[in-house]
Amino acid sequence: MSTSADTIEQLATREYQYGFETEVEAETFPPGLDEDVIRRLSAKKQEPEWMLEFRLKAYRAWLKMTEPTWHNLKIEPVDFQAISYYSAPKKRPELKSLDEVDPEVLRTFEKLGIPLEEQKLLAGVAVDAVFDSVSVATTFREKLAELGIIFCSMSDAIREHPDLVRRYLGSVVPYTDNFYAALNSAVFSDGSFVYVPKGVRCPMELSTYFRINARNTGQFERTLIVADEGATVSYLEGCTAPMRDENQLHAAVVELVALDGSTIKYSTIQNWYPGDSEGRGGIYNFVTKRGKAMANAKITWTQVETGSAITWKYPSCILQGDNSVGEFYSVAVTNNYQQADTGTKMIHLGKNTRSTIVSKGISAGHGQNTYRGAVTIGRNAQNARNYSQCDSMLIGNRCGAHTFPYLEIKNTSATVEHEASTSKIGEEQIFYCQQRGISTEDAVNMIVSGFCKEVFRELPMEFAVEAQKLLSISLEGSVG
Amino acid sequence: MLLEIKDLRVKAEDKEILKGLDLTVNAGEVHAVMGPNGSGKSTLARVLAGSPGYEVTGGSITYDGKDLLELDPEVRACEGVFMAFQYPIEIAGINNTYFLRTALNSVRKHRGEPELDAVEFMQLVREKAALLEMDQAMLNRSVNEGFSGGEKKRNEIFQMAVLEPKLAILDETDSGLDIDALKIVANGVNSLRSPERSIIVVTHYQRLLNYIVPDFVHVLSGGRIVRSGGRELALELEEKGYGWIEAEMAGARG
Repeated sequence: MSTSADTIEQLATREYQYGFETEVEAETFPPGLDEDVIRRLSAKKQEPEWMLEFRLKAYRAWLKMTEPTWHNLKIEPVDFQAISYYSAPKKRPELKSLDEVDPEVLRTFEKLGIPLEEQKLLAGVAVDAVFDSVSVATTFREKLAELGIIFCSMSDAIREHPDLVRRYLGSVVPYTDNFYAALNSAVFSDGSFVYVPKGVRCPMELSTYFRINARNTGQFERTLIVADEGATVSYLEGCTAPMRDENQLHAAVVELVALDGSTIKYSTIQNWYPGDSEGRGGIYNFVTKRGKAMANAKITWTQVETGSAITWKYPSCILQGDNSVGEFYSVAVTNNYQQADTGTKMIHLGKNTRSTIVSKGISAGHGQNTYRGAVTIGRNAQNARNYSQCDSMLIGNRCGAHTFPYLEIKNTSATVEHEASTSKIGEEQIFYCQQRGISTEDAVNMIVSGFCKEVFRELPMEFAVEAQKLLSISLEGSVG
Repeated sequence: MLLEIKDLRVKAEDKEILKGLDLTVNAGEVHAVMGPNGSGKSTLARVLAGSPGYEVTGGSITYDGKDLLELDPEVRACEGVFMAFQYPIEIAGINNTYFLRTALNSVRKHRGEPELDAVEFMQLVREKAALLEMDQAMLNRSVNEGFSGGEKKRNEIFQMAVLEPKLAILDETDSGLDIDALKIVANGVNSLRSPERSIIVVTHYQRLLNYIVPDFVHVLSGGRIVRSGGRELALELEEKGYGWIEAEMAGARG
């Protein structure tokens, strides 16, 4: 079977598909972080005084904090003074149409497969594209505005909707929450802001593409989504990053506020550069994502994590209101030397709160995949229910899968179920497929997608297709 | 001829299992390969299909004018080699019908035929499923997941019916089947007999051969075909047991 081994070798050594860099004249701060940098950053973004205060308080808190070490990750120390905290494409006039966008930037989007011209025509998807730290284009804004929905960059929201931002920013993830969240609160560059008014069902999937571009620029997105009473919104986030030698830091914060009776669905496909096959380079992805669900509200996190050298991420739900529901569906893939420590926290505070956790970890090459989850049932959470299922799949003999489920139950009426499994993708399964005429690569893809099915079906349709493709790209060459 | 095996020698985990096996199969013929446990029957079936875990140390296999040993397992399948597994494996989350459509379209693509769309494929599936008495629920379940032993074997022959191979190898398809399931499976196989299709039935017991009547019967012992004959050889084996042949061989050697 030497021929198939050769093919696999070729596929494995193929370059990262999204590894390119766009030459755009950028204005970048020199590396380093102190209060002065934060003041300049805030001034550059023409922020109000309260925003600067928020940043400075966060910065001062951050100075007293240390990086967490409880995770199951091997991380090269990050020099936070070697990072530049601001980079913006220099030409940023007020844009009336896409024609005015820097053609180089537009070409980048096209390479990523998101031609905005087409996106405008595509029904149902509004795109707020973040190019480095500043939003360059927003579509569908007017249509959404008719319904009173606000969908804009965080920078614009701070200027145009200061009351909403001020009320909710940091209300779910306070700047004291953890080391990376504090850093993000101090220096966040941009991100998305969504507000859906009372009783409004957002008629389209909202999506954002993030992309790290300028060299040595850490990116610190900040996203805030507020669904007012009875509102419904589905938000998609997908990202790719260009090839790099040095490790790049990415520390985002996402806050979801689901008021009474509202529903927020947040789906992510994460495909940052994972490093090369020797484990050189790749993105460090330290993300804090959390939602707060009030009475009868529902928050669903769905994530497909295929990228990054290191992923540290626990999208969580605070089920504060009675009858609120939290869901977490996750596929995390680690190939080559990738490491992931990911999972969720479900914090049950209200009565009759329910949560579901379905986690699928796939490890190949030397990849290390850790599921870490905590289910907390508070004293007053009468009749709370949780169901957790954590499945791991191993491809090859050099990878690892680890599961750390934590349970804290302070109310005896709670029902908590936990199931876990570890399986190895079998030679016999692959041979069975081959014997029916299906190639090794297709067989692996099929077996893996069968394994992830429960998560994929939670994704919006167009994302599910993309997720499946990504998964097969990520696992290319993992079986030989 | 469709298949010619010459002096085939095969090792598994450093142990020689096939020690110079010869077998010739012409188009349209049904051959039964019988033998005691550990004689190398399943090894023969799996080596023909290209299973990993075996090392061919000598001899040759010519299939349809090609050197079979040079072909990857999926290419062999596309070229019309089908093996019904002794222990069909489960694939969670993958719909049985979806799996089979992927397989069929991959075979059709190899042959330069257009892929079947969902409607055409379902038509084919309905026709073949009736043959094996497969109900809709079995078609919609994940591949082999939650199937009984008998259902798994029926599913194998159902796949064979859809993929229409030139050479089908049934590896102990009768094992674990009750008499009703055995009849269904045998009926399915018989309906697939044709002048263009050759079938090798690997089995320990002659029971299956009451239903799938072979043109030739071979006895495999000690990694070689030690005796070949017609249908009557199987009956003789049933009557006398494998000990008879082995004793005779020992006698011949002594």
